[in-house]
Amino acid sequence: MSNSDHHTAPMSPVEQRVAALEALLTERGLVPEGFIEEITRRYETEIGPMNGAKVVARAWADPEYKLRLLADGTAAIAELGFGGPEGDHLVVVENTAAVHNVIVCTLCSCYPWPVLGLPPAWYKDPPYRARMVREPRALLAEMGCPLPEKVEIRVWDSSAEVRYLVLPERPPGTAGMTEAELAALVTRDSMIGVARL
Amino acid sequence: MLVDGIHDLGGMQGFGPVGYSPAEPVFHHRWEPVARALLTAVAGAVEASGGEFRHAIERMEPGHYLTSSYYEHWLTAAATLAVEHGLVTGSELEARAGGRFPMSGPVLAPPVVDAGPDVDTPRFGVGDRVRVREWHPPGHTRCPRYVRGKAGTVVRVDGSYSVPDIEAHGTARRHEPTYSVRFDAAELWGDGQRGVWVHVDLWDSYLERT
Repeated sequence: MSNSDHHTAPMSPVEQRVAALEALLTERGLVPEGFIEEITRRYETEIGPMNGAKVVARAWADPEYKLRLLADGTAAIAELGFGGPEGDHLVVVENTAAVHNVIVCTLCSCYPWPVLGLPPAWYKDPPYRARMVREPRALLAEMGCPLPEKVEIRVWDSSAEVRYLVLPERPPGTAGMTEAELAALVTRDSMIGVARL
Repeated sequence: MLVDGIHDLGGMQGFGPVGYSPAEPVFHHRWEPVARALLTAVAGAVEASGGEFRHAIERMEPGHYLTSSYYEHWLTAAATLAVEHGLVTGSELEARAGGRFPMSGPVLAPPVVDAGPDVDTPRFGVGDRVRVREWHPPGHTRCPRYVRGKAGTVVRVDGSYSVPDIEAHGTARRHEPTYSVRFDAAELWGDGQRGVWVHVDLWDSYLERT
């Protein structure tokens, strides 16, 4: 968007409401200088699924780390320097040939921020939240992740303090890859559990 | 009445396909991170607990909730908490916005005065069968409607945490163990699906022995 567009485009009603609240709170000294920019920058550049991908790659490359990760997700993820809001109690659930895990928050939008960043819009919208606990096999197929009937599905509704991360299966043909090469294969959706690698 | 709020979506039908995209920006519009930051700022200024913060969203009028985006929920909750705690007034907001500024509905539950003692020892262990209380509180809760009255099996015992139902309604606090409870989807929905387990994390007082 160019500057001239920015100044000439009429504000939508929701933008007008945001601007009104921002102005009143700023006048009252309740919005520290740079606070909004800092929140935006942090979640757009520092905190995102690239962090979770490093955790997954380490677990694939190092069997001892994987054991620690599955036993105490919070501590093992902290070894790689990740933690903070919505990451105080992390549980990692492992996909295998026989078991597929998927995460959801039916009540709001709970999500493991330190390893996946902020959730995508579809994760927070009603269709996903309503349907993933009721018809996960059909919904996964609809989202491009069909599973054989014999694969058990475990849905995790993040309704209390724990936040979940799915450990996807290591894809075939990746022997000998470095951790950085492995991390590049790991998608956000495979760590939510709506895709397999 | 706002009992059993619109946010409690698990199992509801009729929403259609998920608007799925494998890649999307963190924020879709520049006002979204602003709304996010404003709710964070207001919650900090009024020292809102996580429960009070979430309840401010859950009290939205159901039609507004379903027809507005996630960050409009945050904006509405920020404005509602700011007005309820006296940081701004509704008429100031409407004057600045140049139009109507919809707020969340009122709190219906009475303040909690006595939270009762903390529960230090888990009542249940891994493998225990439990049943979720059939219960419809007028205030905030983290017990999803779709498991109320249902039986399941404890698969993990987690730490002791502040009960959201209490912290959302005043300054009193009670801490209780939480559990991950596994439910058979066929029992939740009665539709014969096989090999599907739904796990829900629940506070101690949400559960009773089978």
